[in-house]
Amino acid sequence: MPDPALAPHFLRTRRGRALIYQALALCALVAAGWFLWHNTAENLAARQIRSGFGFMRQPAGFDIGETLFAYSSRDTYLRAFAIGVANTLRVALLGIVLATVLGTLVGIGRLSRNLLVRGLCTAYIEVMRNIPLIIQLFAWYLVITELLPAATEPLRIGPYIFLSKSGLQFPFPDLSGGLTLAVPEVGAFGITGGAAATPEFLSLLIGLTTFTAAYIAEIVRSGVLAVPRGQTEAAGALGLSRALTLRLVLLPQALRIIVPPLTSQYLNLTKNSSLAVAIGYPDVVSIANTTINQNGQALECVLMIMTVYLAINLVTALAMGWYNRRVALVER
Amino acid sequence: MPASRRILVPLVAATALALGLAPPAFAGKTLDAVKARGEVICGVNTSGPGFSSTDSKGRWQGLDVDMCRAVAAAALGSGEKVKFVPLNSQQRFAALQSGEIDILSRNTTWTLTRDASLGIVFAGINYYDGQGFMVPKKLNIDSAKKLDGATVCVQAGTTSEKNVADYFLANNMKYKSVVFDTAEAIQSAFFAGRCQVYTTDMSDLAGARTQTSKPDDYMILPDIISKEPLGPAVRRGDDDWFEITRWTLNAMLEAEEAGLTQANVDKMKAESKDPAIQRLLGVSEDTGKLLGLDKEWAYRIVKQVGTYGESFERNMGPKSALGLPRGVNKLWNHGGLMYSPPVR
Repeated sequence: MPDPALAPHFLRTRRGRALIYQALALCALVAAGWFLWHNTAENLAARQIRSGFGFMRQPAGFDIGETLFAYSSRDTYLRAFAIGVANTLRVALLGIVLATVLGTLVGIGRLSRNLLVRGLCTAYIEVMRNIPLIIQLFAWYLVITELLPAATEPLRIGPYIFLSKSGLQFPFPDLSGGLTLAVPEVGAFGITGGAAATPEFLSLLIGLTTFTAAYIAEIVRSGVLAVPRGQTEAAGALGLSRALTLRLVLLPQALRIIVPPLTSQYLNLTKNSSLAVAIGYPDVVSIANTTINQNGQALECVLMIMTVYLAINLVTALAMGWYNRRVALVER
Repeated sequence: MPASRRILVPLVAATALALGLAPPAFAGKTLDAVKARGEVICGVNTSGPGFSSTDSKGRWQGLDVDMCRAVAAAALGSGEKVKFVPLNSQQRFAALQSGEIDILSRNTTWTLTRDASLGIVFAGINYYDGQGFMVPKKLNIDSAKKLDGATVCVQAGTTSEKNVADYFLANNMKYKSVVFDTAEAIQSAFFAGRCQVYTTDMSDLAGARTQTSKPDDYMILPDIISKEPLGPAVRRGDDDWFEITRWTLNAMLEAEEAGLTQANVDKMKAESKDPAIQRLLGVSEDTGKLLGLDKEWAYRIVKQVGTYGESFERNMGPKSALGLPRGVNKLWNHGGLMYSPPVR
């Protein structure tokens, strides 16, 4: 055993130094954090800008065009924020599902032996990936609002479904009363009643879906191509058709490569939904912006938006992480 | 010692020193900063015909633009020493609070919340307005009380948004709101037919109607549902700059009341025996010294920008593209609400 008396001083050991550096780094981090908070509080007080979260209990005073649950301008800012979060989740969840479906189809289409299918899919991916999303959103919104008929003379699809500049309106179960169906009717200003997918929602959904699907298509394609060629050959030797090979052999093994970047795309889609404010869809960023402008408390509202997106994305990442582990364990 | 450690310790020490010695973020004394910089930074509307818009050569013009030019003429000597920063309705207060702009002259309504809790103060009212509605003529509406069930386009974070909610609530009517963050987006949606009603200040409605190719297809309803006193705002806590802004607006009103114009101000300065005019133009007294300016501050305003009446006529009067009547914006002795405290 080495003689303890001859052991080097604690600060001279690697472990000792590492501890000291970590302690210094922690102090620097705490000092920076304290400085930021203190500076902000001092400046807010000096400029006499109100701060704190008390405003959340005040009546909001503004209306929101699309609500998943009951809301009026007399409700609190907190409820308005909740409506915003619900709207964001609505477009994000639907967008994720639709983008995955479309992206997978386009990605596999790009691997097709049919020249036309392959060409179309390649063209779709190249066009959609290279135009900024906000331009695409404006384009979809202009197309939808210009081409659809006015709300006073809508297009009827069946007896109860209407398509117009006010969006797609359809019957929906009335959640407030009993088991009644709220049916849209044509009134003086357009269509009242029922549920609606407004042009804002539709253009945001279509824009997000087509944009993210282009990226997902490339991820799917790279995942399928990364499966060793031996698998395709063995499947062929067993007499499986190309479609069955794809479905039973290639895709399940490709999932290990597809799922991590797919998670990133889902998070991107959720974050990109914040562009809704440019086309008039009342998501959480749009409502927070209105709130900031009504009462000037920019810091609190931005912190809330950041927390909302962080929460949604962490949950998505956790769910995909669980799925990733499940898929990874499937092999021998 | 390894190279990385030789850099690390001095770096950490330098950062700590820099943080400790950082000057306070709020320095005050806008006038000093403006003089040092040599120009006034003015927050204006991205596109507000009559208030602040660019002409085909890119030169800013409008009632709010003239307000900033007048302040620059008073404080810096020339109405050209202004930098205009276009802001949408959501950036405007943050830009003023943070110090990015010196004056917010952006047809902003003066309300208690904005005056008391945003860290800004309003220096006066340069346009008395009210909120109204614009609808397509083919809907055959003649009154705002018949708008039950309509889809209404409104700009995010404006008093218009709150007022329309209050109005429809008070009259037991329902509506669907579509909210955009820029005036251009709303106008594009309204003229494309996405919403049937556009609501904002009456002056904005008149300006918006000039932007479409078929202005006669739309009508502005006569109902005015709120008071919208529009005026310039500056940061709270800087009284000198506040006084300069307030008295610039007042000087423009006093000049019109005294009968001055851009054309006759030189002659009046040389020849007039009226004590009020002599005082205003710096001939008999130096009122500018009390504001931290020189004695010709008001003379420069009238010479370079004009009086309030001239600014109004030029930008939005009956002969301009907007064609708005002076209405309640006339001087007090002609039946309007524009009343300046005496410049003495």
